[in-house]
Amino acid sequence: MSYITDRKRVDGLGSSHSGVGHWMSQRVTSIALIPLSLLFLFPFIGNLGAGHAAMLETYAQPRHALIATMFFIVLCMHLYQGLQVVIEDYIHGHRLRIGLLVVNKLFWGSTAVTAVFAIAKIAFSG
Amino acid sequence: MVIENPGADGNQSNRPLSPHLQIYRPQITSILSILNRITGIGMALATVLIAWWFLAGATNQGYFDVADGFLTSWFGMLILVASLWAFWFHFFNGLRHLRWDAVKGMGMKTVRRSGWIALVLSVVATVLCVIWAM
Repeated sequence: MSYITDRKRVDGLGSSHSGVGHWMSQRVTSIALIPLSLLFLFPFIGNLGAGHAAMLETYAQPRHALIATMFFIVLCMHLYQGLQVVIEDYIHGHRLRIGLLVVNKLFWGSTAVTAVFAIAKIAFSG
Repeated sequence: MVIENPGADGNQSNRPLSPHLQIYRPQITSILSILNRITGIGMALATVLIAWWFLAGATNQGYFDVADGFLTSWFGMLILVASLWAFWFHFFNGLRHLRWDAVKGMGMKTVRRSGWIALVLSVVATVLCVIWAM
């Protein structure tokens, strides 16, 4: 006898293998990016080409370090989610599809970690 | 009977085909829809470049000058300004999408108008940012 309900047993067995979780998660990151992208953009434009010292001074401030950290984490999540859907839509070969999905995940995961590490190093040594 | 246009199973020549993308008249709705994808994919490059800029800044002065020098070169600027427009377009068009998710602004007239507004705003915001940065 199984204790799993009928509903739970068939969950995820449809052609999409999942429900609205991915879609909803993409909306959450997009909403978070509305303030984060704007808060990140203007200090970044101001520091581009302004020299190493100016850049270190800006991102050593907790305010800018936190904005940049949160921005990169959510941005990389959003890119991961968006590109995942693009791969799922256009790549049909099974091996290539699975391979690209894994590469996509690892790539944006490592990009986020790299950016967060770099910003943290600047923030903690400034 | 001659089978002129076999379908996937080679046996469906009389089945009407849905019009292919290439012969559809371009419409503001479809163009902006694919632009949302293209700008999203395009911004992947700028994201990696900016992460690299931070990593170089965290490393040392010499490495930072290399990264910052590349991003402020004509080629780097070409990528960044294109990405800036991509950002503003994706931003304003994303707001349209979030409105649709709330089942608002979905009439055909409204959809076309908000599309043009997003497109115009994206160009205006890009120009203003470039002027401000100079």
